[in-house]
Amino acid sequence: MRLYDVELSSRLLLGTAQYPSPQVLTDAIAASGCGVVTVSLRREAAGAGTGVGGAGFWSLLQGCSARMLPNTAGCTTAREAITTAHMAREVFGTPWIKLEVIGNADTLQPDPFALVEAARTLCAEGFEVFPYTTEDLIVAEHLLDAGCRVLMPWGAPIGSGQGLRHADALAAMRAHFPAVPLIIDAGLGAPSQAARAMEMGFDAVLLNTAVAKAGDPVEMARAFGQAVTAGRTAFEAGLMPPRDMAAPSTPVLGMADLALWDTA
Amino acid sequence: MQIDLNGTPFTVGASSLADALTELGYSGHALATALNGKFVPAAARPVTALRDGDRVEVLAPMQGG
Repeated sequence: MRLYDVELSSRLLLGTAQYPSPQVLTDAIAASGCGVVTVSLRREAAGAGTGVGGAGFWSLLQGCSARMLPNTAGCTTAREAITTAHMAREVFGTPWIKLEVIGNADTLQPDPFALVEAARTLCAEGFEVFPYTTEDLIVAEHLLDAGCRVLMPWGAPIGSGQGLRHADALAAMRAHFPAVPLIIDAGLGAPSQAARAMEMGFDAVLLNTAVAKAGDPVEMARAFGQAVTAGRTAFEAGLMPPRDMAAPSTPVLGMADLALWDTA
Repeated sequence: MQIDLNGTPFTVGASSLADALTELGYSGHALATALNGKFVPAAARPVTALRDGDRVEVLAPMQGG
């Protein structure tokens, strides 16, 4: 899979928040086989010397082989998101940015207008933008026109675990943009949901809570990694079209005529 | 002068952003800064003057989804 001219061996992107410990996070990343992890920027306390809050996480990232995808989580305006992207580019040393501009606090639904505005500015500045968006085709067209070369439609609201809430609309999006890398971002709760997204032809999935909040995050990370691989393999193998009626899989031709001998 | 640092008031003697960060104990790892809502690159911190009442944001890498 190629994202912005970077070849990745895994189609799973994993968030790094909410894990019970740094060790569990590190083990989960390894077990999942993911090639990209999402990261954030948050306030660092003054007087912390070497920086108690961020330094530990920063050193953990240095030992991680996965590529970093910084986000603009929590931003609610284009200006906030653009400034956060500038700060992230300097700290993480990558032009990649997962662009989030939240429009509603309850659903964490993206604000499409601010999202497109921020994407246009950031793409013009050389950022390689991964926009967290909905399944709306018109918004998607505008994001591509703005310069985005990857789209990240939500499966369901962030952290909800509902899976692909509007599967038909997502399927339409997949069909409408056959050449654009599409990553299902947010809302996945179970490996089966990730497999379904991959079977539908999506290029990758990005998730966090379903792994971090699992009873055993490391094993759940492994399960998601396997599900993504299985779903992609199934898509490439070509799934059978569904039928309304039953169709015998064993041939009828050559079947013995035993009804004549039924004397009961 | 008094500045607002990450939402908390601090009194600093430094006159530049770089010196204020040192005075407040920031060092040793990746940080990003903003002054009054505008990004200040690391290279510009020594020549970025602070004024009384300025709002400074200092951000560091954190876990994210």
